[in-house]
Amino acid sequence: MNNLKGIAASAGIAIARAFTLEHPDYSVTEKQVTDTDAELAKLDAALAQSQAELEAIKARTLQELGEKKAEIFESHLLILNDPELIEPVKAKIASESVNAEYALNETATQFIQMFENMKSAYLQERAADMRDVTKRILKHLLGLNYVSPSEISEEVIVVAEDLTPSDTAQLNRNYVKGFTTNIGGRTSHSAIMARSLEIPAVVGTKNVLSAVKNGDLIIVDGLEGDVIVNPTEAIVEQYRAKQDAYAKQVEEWKKLRSEPTVSKDGIHVELAANIGTPNDVAGVLENGGEAVGLYRTEFLYMGRDKLPSEEIQYVAYKSVLEKMEGKPVVVRTLDIGGDKELPYLDLPKEMNPFLGFRAVRLCLDRQDIFRTQLRALLRASVHGNLRIMFPMIATLGEFREAKALLEEEKAKLISEGIPVSEEIQLGIMVEIPSTAVLADQFAKEVDFFSIGTNDLIQYTMAADRMNERVAYLYQPYNPAILRLVKMVIDAAHREGRWVGMCGEMAGDATAIPILLGLGLDEFSMSATSILPARSQIGKLSRSDMQALAAKALEMGTAEEVVALVESIEAAAE
Amino acid sequence: MQQTFRIIDEDGIHARPATALVNTANKFQDTNSFAEANGKKVTLKSILGVLSLGLEQGDTLTLITEGGNESEALTALQEVMVNEGLGELHE
Repeated sequence: MNNLKGIAASAGIAIARAFTLEHPDYSVTEKQVTDTDAELAKLDAALAQSQAELEAIKARTLQELGEKKAEIFESHLLILNDPELIEPVKAKIASESVNAEYALNETATQFIQMFENMKSAYLQERAADMRDVTKRILKHLLGLNYVSPSEISEEVIVVAEDLTPSDTAQLNRNYVKGFTTNIGGRTSHSAIMARSLEIPAVVGTKNVLSAVKNGDLIIVDGLEGDVIVNPTEAIVEQYRAKQDAYAKQVEEWKKLRSEPTVSKDGIHVELAANIGTPNDVAGVLENGGEAVGLYRTEFLYMGRDKLPSEEIQYVAYKSVLEKMEGKPVVVRTLDIGGDKELPYLDLPKEMNPFLGFRAVRLCLDRQDIFRTQLRALLRASVHGNLRIMFPMIATLGEFREAKALLEEEKAKLISEGIPVSEEIQLGIMVEIPSTAVLADQFAKEVDFFSIGTNDLIQYTMAADRMNERVAYLYQPYNPAILRLVKMVIDAAHREGRWVGMCGEMAGDATAIPILLGLGLDEFSMSATSILPARSQIGKLSRSDMQALAAKALEMGTAEEVVALVESIEAAAE
Repeated sequence: MQQTFRIIDEDGIHARPATALVNTANKFQDTNSFAEANGKKVTLKSILGVLSLGLEQGDTLTLITEGGNESEALTALQEVMVNEGLGELHE
């Protein structure tokens, strides 16, 4: 038995066999063979195994993700059977008496290079398909025991160095019971993904990948941040009990599902959820969300090879608005750049992507992209309660320019006879310190603010949240951050505007008492945090929290603020 | 028999329609089918061959069928070209 400590990134407890996500060594060496017939038979066997695998993946993809996603495997099957690939490999084995893996690798490399040298970016990317198919055949030729994440077919906990968006896109969600990774923090992609999938996760363990072998029994405790490798029977029992207790608590929270969020002294606040796709709405309603406080539209643009059309976007926005049945839906316009790249936009690499050409900066430049999204949103607006917000606004000029484009598209639609709602609220994300400081001026022109704490903290502290060595500077409770939040809320309230928060901080049990005291109107968080937050707020009195917040603002360090909140909690118990 | 098309899809010929073309050509086992473009001629029974033509929007592509049900085969391939929004008849 072996215990590792990491960061509790997503609540719950998972007990399952480990699935280590490590890419195997596909390197091949040239060997002379005496029995070329045996080598040809080996190739045929590997091709047949690959064929069976691909057909199974294609069938499952078709069933779970639809025809579009399955097409890629149809092309892979054709490549696998392509005479232009297979005939030269066989000829090479026969005429040069070389091993099958070498002959395959040589021939496939020519095709890969051919694709890489093509003019069209689209065809260049087909090199990836060629590589994928080649690796699949090589895996069988080399006798490698590797299952790609898309082929997981039993309950597992995924163990990896880190999970990239493309890894997570491939995971079969029915079988993945938990994650644990070497690197990352609460706001890394893998952590956010685990919370939206509602599966336990522990990230940032530093060495779980080397401590765990494929097939080891492991426990991931996403409440405490522990990973236990090959636990004893007694420990497993203990964790099953903890798993049950947690499930009971979750049940209790569920009772609050259709209740409003009201503090002990009768103040109502709105608890909303952050979503990435229309499919996430089910989880929002399931967890009693009163609104969607942040719909990240980036996912519509990711995992494709060109920009999504107006129609594709319209269908997605309409679907979310309809499913929310008149409850508010705050849609954030495209926030791409930074750590979120779109290969097909072919944007130059930047030294400081987080300080670079991203979000609304890109949209104001690439108006074709932005106008398409705005039209889709405006058309969808008649299907529900739409609110639009622009991300990464640094100046009032940017807001005015973006708003003007929205107004232009709206006027065009109306002149085309297409109905548009007259009730759309227009707001901005507050994630750049300049905007927080100037909130009083912004408040005269926007309908609402939504504070994006992940970025606001990283920009205020000048600390890259992806860089573990400066992770200690990610301090949501630092009084500097709290004062900025207060400035924004006070400025908004003076103009009769409302303020939400859609960063990780909004669902954080330590931050909630202070945010309630500062007067935050809307808290938008992972859907699974809503019920615990509602339960917590129901036990707090806002007037007490106002006093608490006033004290917190006068403190010098984040640690002092945490100690202050904990002292209140201790007193209440 | 042969028929020439102009590629109208903005991505040229990409994997999905290329797959459809190859699958269609494969249905006519007795017919040899070829694609010719930019001075290069490849068998239509190879997706790698078709993609290797590197076709882009505005290029012309000639589909050739020989032997067997060459006429039916050409009609079927032509339908794929048009239905997939790949190309329009040229000349």
